[in-house]
Amino acid sequence: MKQFIIFVRKEFYHIFRDRKSLLIIIMMPVVQIILFGFALTNEIKDSNIAILDNSKDVATAEIIHRLDASRYFSVARNLNTQKDIETAFKTGKIRLVVVFQPGFQQTLLHTNHAQVQLIADATDPNTATTVTNYATNIIRDYQNDLNVLVATPYMIAPQIRMLYNPQLKGAYNFVPGVMAMILIIISAMMTSVSIVREKEINTMEVLLVSPLKPLLFILSKAIPYMFLSLVNVSTILIVSVTLLEVPINGSLLLLMLEALLFITTAVSLGLMISNVTASQQTAQMISLLGLMLPTLLLGGFMFPIESMPKPLQFMSNLVPSKWFFIIVKNVMIKGLGFKMIWKETLILLGMTLFFLSISLSKFKTRLA
Amino acid sequence: MTETVITADKLTKKFGDFIATNEISFEVKKGEIFGFLGANGAGKTTAMRMFCGLLMPSSGAASVAGFDVYKQTEQIKKSIGYMSQRFSLYEDLTVKENIRFYAGIYGMSRSAIKEKSVLLLNQLNLSGEVNTLVKSLPLGWKQKLAFSVAIFHEPKIVFLDEPTGGVDPITRREFWNLIYQAAERGITIFVTTHYMDEAEYCNRVSIMVDGKIEALDTPRNLKKTYAAKSMDEVFLQLVRGAKRGE
Repeated sequence: MKQFIIFVRKEFYHIFRDRKSLLIIIMMPVVQIILFGFALTNEIKDSNIAILDNSKDVATAEIIHRLDASRYFSVARNLNTQKDIETAFKTGKIRLVVVFQPGFQQTLLHTNHAQVQLIADATDPNTATTVTNYATNIIRDYQNDLNVLVATPYMIAPQIRMLYNPQLKGAYNFVPGVMAMILIIISAMMTSVSIVREKEINTMEVLLVSPLKPLLFILSKAIPYMFLSLVNVSTILIVSVTLLEVPINGSLLLLMLEALLFITTAVSLGLMISNVTASQQTAQMISLLGLMLPTLLLGGFMFPIESMPKPLQFMSNLVPSKWFFIIVKNVMIKGLGFKMIWKETLILLGMTLFFLSISLSKFKTRLA
Repeated sequence: MTETVITADKLTKKFGDFIATNEISFEVKKGEIFGFLGANGAGKTTAMRMFCGLLMPSSGAASVAGFDVYKQTEQIKKSIGYMSQRFSLYEDLTVKENIRFYAGIYGMSRSAIKEKSVLLLNQLNLSGEVNTLVKSLPLGWKQKLAFSVAIFHEPKIVFLDEPTGGVDPITRREFWNLIYQAAERGITIFVTTHYMDEAEYCNRVSIMVDGKIEALDTPRNLKKTYAAKSMDEVFLQLVRGAKRGE
């Protein structure tokens, strides 16, 4: 036990003396969350639109007013001719052009059928779809308001409720995602680098010749970094609750325990990486690329797994982050209890034991 | 008759077809300074690693401090000290922290560590540098400190793997003074080197060529046998026939 305390204290000296790395480790989660939360958002807010109103009547004025008043759009330009449309798009600032046919209100009232054209800049297809959807909804709202006066029979009006995330905030999805990514990268990288460094500066040999037990060595390496990772979980949670207004609906204790399990998974991955690498740079590259890409691509928070081809879907099952992402989403956002996540927990536990046993047995052969 | 602390009997290590050490046999007595010489790749480090319990021998027998290298590596580790080829203290830890860490993993008590480190630092003239980070010490001091740390827990035997690489002659002399002091206290020194002037400082010297021990005697007798003026000449005569390159 005394040996253990001495070793852990030494690890903390390393951590606190390396100010730059410590700063990166502490700040990375905050920066990532803020980046994802404010800069990389795929929500549409105040998109600039242009209007080509060939009718200029009460109805078009009302629709334009509604578009401008919504929080999605602001009318940046009024165009006069068909030619102006292309010029408007070429400035790159206009996302959508709304074109009203001549005599819009007249046609609407007399034939019950008026036309409005939505032209979107589809260089970014996702945004174009979203923008046209929002605009269509606003116009349909206006149409429905008109229809209240005219009794129209047999109408089916679907009522939509967005459960757990009524405002459709992206943060509800990426907070668990960023948490999974940060934890796996930082924990695995720190652990592997710190062990490989002992090899690089040759202290490893001295430690192996000492009476220090391998298990004790591994534990003393793992625990300081697990502690740091828990600090990271806390910062991520604090930033997302205060800044991004993402609630913690489930039990905080359960969430922290699951995070601890996932950190252990990551740390044991780090141990495994340190077994097969001899330089700090290699360990860093493997941890970064080898863990970040699968987490981003197959973790489920960037791209939906259901729509991937079958082989990729199968591969995603091997990515630990996928399971942790599900757990955090269920506990934090949906407020579910352990009953609903025991399967995912068990999978993570199995993975951890697998990685640990591999790195432990590998470690022993080095001593033989 | 003084007690024997290291014995090797036809100790062999093979890596596949490659025989790194080939049936080496010798004995080292307590308090002896035993020089283990050989060109690069002759098998010195492999032999040393077998004694330290880092490598399992392929065949033959050996014991260190009375413990068998096959079965009792744990006991061996408690009775030896080790200083590796490259200097091996933590650069981002202070002098005091390094001493405390290494002494601590050998299970020394806090008070014993405190008491002894005061003595040691005085002896090394490092008292003023207790809280200095090791990285800002000159290389010679680092190596003297590393040696002192390796024998801090009073091991029976200390293994030094080319401990004076890259150090100026004056510092090397000082380093050897430390080795003599340790030997006088009864610590057995097992040292590999390829500085032939250092070989002269040893009580007995073995010279390895291509995995085999070709000569083993006191430096004086070796010079007599090979009709050489210095250990340098002895070494060159023996190594000239070597097949493994540098």
